[in-house]
Amino acid sequence: MTGDKTNELPLADLHSAAGARFGAFAGWNMPLTYPAGVMKEHLHTREHVGLFDISHMKLFVVSGPGAADLINRACPLDAKALEFKQSKYTFFLTEGAGVIDDLIITRLGDERFMVVANAGNAATDEAHLRALANDFDANVEPLDRVFIAIQGPEAAIVLEKAGIATDGLLFMQGFEPRANWFMSRSGYTGEDGFEIGLPEADARELLGKLLADERVMWIGLAARDSLRLEAGLCLHGNDITPDTDPASAGLMWAIPKDLRAEGKFIGAAALASILAAGAQEKRVGLKPEGRQPVRSGAELFDADGNRVGRVTSGGFGPSAGFPVAMGYVSTPLAKAGTRVFADVRGTKVPVDVHSLPFTQHRYRKG
Amino acid sequence: MTKTYYTEDHEWLRVEGDVATVGITDYAQEQLGDLVFVELPETGRKVAKGDVAVVVESVKAASDVYAPLDGEIIDTNATLSADPALVNSAATGDGWLWKMKIANAGQLDGLMDEAGYKAHIG
Repeated sequence: MTGDKTNELPLADLHSAAGARFGAFAGWNMPLTYPAGVMKEHLHTREHVGLFDISHMKLFVVSGPGAADLINRACPLDAKALEFKQSKYTFFLTEGAGVIDDLIITRLGDERFMVVANAGNAATDEAHLRALANDFDANVEPLDRVFIAIQGPEAAIVLEKAGIATDGLLFMQGFEPRANWFMSRSGYTGEDGFEIGLPEADARELLGKLLADERVMWIGLAARDSLRLEAGLCLHGNDITPDTDPASAGLMWAIPKDLRAEGKFIGAAALASILAAGAQEKRVGLKPEGRQPVRSGAELFDADGNRVGRVTSGGFGPSAGFPVAMGYVSTPLAKAGTRVFADVRGTKVPVDVHSLPFTQHRYRKG
Repeated sequence: MTKTYYTEDHEWLRVEGDVATVGITDYAQEQLGDLVFVELPETGRKVAKGDVAVVVESVKAASDVYAPLDGEIIDTNATLSADPALVNSAATGDGWLWKMKIANAGQLDGLMDEAGYKAHIG
């Protein structure tokens, strides 16, 4: 967090001009919706191209002879095994294996890595990295960039038309196409797409070209949330927190097998014992039976009225066409089709455990 | 004769005799964004001014709609169960929420007229 001050996006004027409605998120004044509204914005992203200003997120370069060792200590990751351009979804963990933040780390060079962190955790992440940097021969450099996401099935086409080559890049790859730029094929919508960090002047020039293309539309934070929820992707602070671990969260796919038993990363011992004992609860998709959404904070019960879990994200899925949610249930109930009940303002709403994602990922994996 | 009143909570009331039809204003629906669910009250329910009568749910959040007066719910807009977006497209018309029998007409005096409401939302 950034204290009491609300940060303004460098491109706030563009959002105002586009008619955005703003709201506070993670210390930033963010565009929540544009005049089209969350429903149309969401569907447009799945059909064409959504343009997101994600400059609230933070880019860090970790470099130096000890950079890979620093990352191997900070994250349950084998940074030395990453190929150049390869990106990985990973975490900073507490000693208790709680998730401090979830991150994307990309290997840019032999001794150079890009870390992309969440806005709300950027200050914590930076302090964490800097403290670790004292133990390793490595530098931590926070970057001052505009950061945009271009998401949707036509993302590559519109970028090419705007003069940005995309053909060399597959899903979860990133590189520095020119000085002070970082570009990856990634995103948080479940669609093919790109994220580009770049200086403000370059961003204004690129956005001018992109927005001239009728397939491109600004998308606010409200639709970003419904898109990622349908895609089954976690929002840190809701679905994963320092009180939840990667095993319970169903994110063990992000941790290499040989690190699970004998990793040297912070939190390794706690995670190994959680895995040995088996996670008590599991993150699952939740599909309410009717039209009524169930939302973050709602408690979950079994048919006998025993409390069995909680909802951590919930809303309506415009592409799914029904309410969608995510939460934690006790492990024996974590099977798709299991019926539980969410307490919504005193009424028990029937909810079925549902596989994730709700809408199929359409990543370009080659 | 019909008269329309407004509340500070962005509801409108169309009053005919001792019956008020209640909905949310166009300003309110714009603030809420696309609605996906409307939780309607049971008819026959007695409400006091300030009670939560309806909950409207957008993609992102649930918001309470308060009873603007004391009275009894005598009808609800069942169309909204299938088409909650009607509140967005016709907030002051077909997107009405409920009708209530007014228990205390004196409470109408505390409400705004259209000019007052326009000044309220600035």
